[in-house]
Amino acid sequence: MEHSNKYIFIYSVVMVVVIAISLTIVAVQLKPAQEDNIRIEKMQNILSSVNVTTKGIPKMQVMEMYKKYVIRAFAVNNKGEVVESNTDKVFPIEMAAELKKPAEQQLLPVFVAVLDNKDTAFIVPLRGKGLWGPVWGYLSLKTDYNTIVGCMYDHKGETPGLGAEINTEIFQKPFFGKKIFDDQKNLTSINIIKGGAKPDDIHGVDAISGGTITSKGVERMLRDNLTGYEAYFKKQIK
Amino acid sequence: MSEEKIIKEKDPWFSPRNFKLLKNPLNLENPVTVQVLGICSALAVTVQMKPAIVMALSVTVVTAFSNLIIALIRDTIPSRIRIIVQLVVVAALVIIVDQLLKAYVYDVSKKLSVFVGLIITNCILMGRLEAFAMANKPWPSFIDGIGNGLGYGAILVIIAFFRELLGSGKIYGFDVIPKAFYEAGYVNNGLMILPPMALMTIGVIIWIQRSKNPVLQEDN
Repeated sequence: MEHSNKYIFIYSVVMVVVIAISLTIVAVQLKPAQEDNIRIEKMQNILSSVNVTTKGIPKMQVMEMYKKYVIRAFAVNNKGEVVESNTDKVFPIEMAAELKKPAEQQLLPVFVAVLDNKDTAFIVPLRGKGLWGPVWGYLSLKTDYNTIVGCMYDHKGETPGLGAEINTEIFQKPFFGKKIFDDQKNLTSINIIKGGAKPDDIHGVDAISGGTITSKGVERMLRDNLTGYEAYFKKQIK
Repeated sequence: MSEEKIIKEKDPWFSPRNFKLLKNPLNLENPVTVQVLGICSALAVTVQMKPAIVMALSVTVVTAFSNLIIALIRDTIPSRIRIIVQLVVVAALVIIVDQLLKAYVYDVSKKLSVFVGLIITNCILMGRLEAFAMANKPWPSFIDGIGNGLGYGAILVIIAFFRELLGSGKIYGFDVIPKAFYEAGYVNNGLMILPPMALMTIGVIIWIQRSKNPVLQEDN
């Protein structure tokens, strides 16, 4: 059946308009639920870095748990000054966007959590590059701004079974209790050592066999991100 | 293919002919193992059962409704732009499914990542629209879509079952291999997690299917 050009034009225009309208309605309707998911995932990640598991807990309860543990948040700059102390404004800060800015304009969030044993922990977000795409995580420190309480890492698409193992306990557990500063108060960060770290190495953990580039990516992420906080941490340690 | 004959006379809703539309793609006209369509996503999303099941349902929903919509408007579609019209309908449905997944099963939608979007390019969809929905009534087209979606999904779930069992020692996220096995020296096969083993698994499925159905064997 042949149709005139006029028919084809009108047909396409009507079709596109109808579909555009329906897609807009769907997108607008679902937006709040999607944004909630992203916020809750961030809360779960922050909680998991202080070893509070949220696996299998319904969404609404995650929010309550987050409020219970994380009491406030603030943001510092790379000179060690607190530049934003409104908790609600700190939470939406995305490291991916901050790291693209010049170093002196970056807002570096610090989340303050009170754990079950009444210890306070400071949580900092991390963002870096793995082998195939971004890797990210959260690192929590004791009040000495030096000893690691816990950490969580995740990735977009590292090799399954190899680099992807950074989000497992086997890789993350050895970080607990390690120190990011040496005795002279120099930032050492954590070295991820191919072939295995020595048992008495308080600045080193084992890399993943077969996941060297991802391991190096996590190591670089830790060093780069912690360097931004170095000034603030040193001020606090004094 | 017999099913592509235009169905003209009025059929009851669940006539044998309509039932065949649902059943055939599950075996003799399976889109993955017989027509070898949609292989790409079958390799990518079958590491675990849960994403595979969600992907199977998503594809089924999209094939069913795109078939239905195209069959409803088939007489109005100008033949010169019919592929574009089909694509626009499929793309719109895929975007809606993707948005729904992001809103209600966020963790699974992260695992499926780009592959939900890539349902648009899944050959099964365009194949069914061109071959069936453009020439048939809405109801048979809808059933044909469900049949083909399930045919694709069934293979996906079978592959995911073996890959998750052998690769991670789990089924649908639950540990099934007893601890004693690991202590006795059993190790999960890391190769099963990588995409090439999905292709191998499809190969084995095709082999079994062909040896059971002589109809599918080519004469040399």
